[in-house]
Amino acid sequence: MCGIAGLFLKNRALEPELGAMTAAMLSVLTSRGPDSAGFAVYGQAMPGFLKISLRGAENFDFGAMAAALDVDVSVHDDHAVIAVPLEREARVRALLVQRFPEVAVVASGARMELFKGVGQPDEVSKRFGLVGMTGSHAIGHTRMATESAVTIAGAHPFSTGADQCLVHNGSLSNHNDIRRKLIKEGMRFETQNDTEVAAGFLSWQLREGAKLDEALGAALDTLDGFYTFVVGTETGFGVLRDPVACKPAVMAETDDYVAFGSEYRAMADLPGIADAHLFEPEPARVYFWERAA
Amino acid sequence: MRVAAAPVAVNEPVVFDLAAAGLRALNAALAGLTATTNQTVWRVKNPRGEHAIAVGVTAPVCIFVDGPVGYYCAGMNDGADITIMGNAGPGVAENMMSGFVRVTGDASQAAGASAHGGLLVIEGNASARCGISMKGVDIVVKGFVGHMSAFMAQSGNLVVLGDAGEALGDSLYEARIFVRGRVASLGADCEERPMTDEAAAILAGLLRRADARAEVGDFKVYGSARKLYNFHVDHAGHY
Repeated sequence: MCGIAGLFLKNRALEPELGAMTAAMLSVLTSRGPDSAGFAVYGQAMPGFLKISLRGAENFDFGAMAAALDVDVSVHDDHAVIAVPLEREARVRALLVQRFPEVAVVASGARMELFKGVGQPDEVSKRFGLVGMTGSHAIGHTRMATESAVTIAGAHPFSTGADQCLVHNGSLSNHNDIRRKLIKEGMRFETQNDTEVAAGFLSWQLREGAKLDEALGAALDTLDGFYTFVVGTETGFGVLRDPVACKPAVMAETDDYVAFGSEYRAMADLPGIADAHLFEPEPARVYFWERAA
Repeated sequence: MRVAAAPVAVNEPVVFDLAAAGLRALNAALAGLTATTNQTVWRVKNPRGEHAIAVGVTAPVCIFVDGPVGYYCAGMNDGADITIMGNAGPGVAENMMSGFVRVTGDASQAAGASAHGGLLVIEGNASARCGISMKGVDIVVKGFVGHMSAFMAQSGNLVVLGDAGEALGDSLYEARIFVRGRVASLGADCEERPMTDEAAAILAGLLRRADARAEVGDFKVYGSARKLYNFHVDHAGHY
């Protein structure tokens, strides 16, 4: 199982509603994935700064940490997003490792903030304050674990590059082999999870100069197993299904947005859905939308 | 929702708000109908992509579902005439026994799976595995069908006005497949067959019943080559 919700706004007037719309979609998808949930939100960039999403233990004092690092912080339950001046990125990352080893770096990027946790989707959304978040696109996931344990490490989205994230419904069969090859290419992995390998594969492709649609095309040739992927980059939003296409996928497009749902019912409350172009993405075909940064 | 208690004239639609009363109440109300019920027309409002809407109906009633539905809508239908005004999720009309199911939009994968009888008409496209293991149902798809359609289909007829995806009719038994458009590839043991008078008459009848504007002469018919029915010792090396 697992549920995927994705929303890519074309109409900027909807940006204040992005978090609320995404939270509503994830709530419906609880039945497909009740054990954990997560989401990435592409919000406003802060020129000259990098956003780093962090996760600490319960009641960890992010305020004191931010003061010690001399950065601005926005705390969301056991996650926090710090804004790091670009010229200090390496220094701050080093200090995090040395002085705050109990803090995990979840993701980083100019615009992307990423949150994930164990628990029912509604509870996870509420803990992190998803409803109040704004931005241009968001990708969320509700998980029913099959390939690895119900832990925060197994929750989606996975991020293996700046502003890049991936969510997955399905399971991969050749992830150990691909992981070994990617490690030789210098990619680093935090878990034994199959989905992280798919994310790492795309990040490696992008690092080597591929565009997102080209990277997704390469994934078709390399990754074996069942998958519906939804991926995000700073300005793009992509969808890919394996050639057998067992895992469900429905898309809705209007003048205002492109939406992805594992099922239509996740999109039933979106504005203008009655007049949306509803379609099922075809197997083994790369779908990709991009907007100006 | 007092569906049963409300006095309703013959053929006056019973309007059922699924968002207000819930799925179990709908399916219980439909399951309680007898063959002689006066509540012969039903309109289901706010389906919102819910699963298993109007499953297992055995009364000869008309049901209109006002919008897109999720998994297994009209499954196990036995005699009802069910119209889905929108797209259908996976397994629409799966295991239908008799009756008529019409989808005005597209159908997701495994439409009409394992269905024994009745007629399923899809006005738009059907995704992968349309008619998988069909056992006597007739299916008319006015758009295209996805890969592995009519996989292991045992009997009945699949009519496709558009194109068919890869591996059409793989491991086919005795179902007939009519395709007007392009076939991406045929599955194992599926082959083009001559359009006999009998096949042409069946196709003409289905096109008429589905209100499909198409000429019989524009279709090709596919069936089983019957080479997989028995173990053949010369093929031992392939196993």
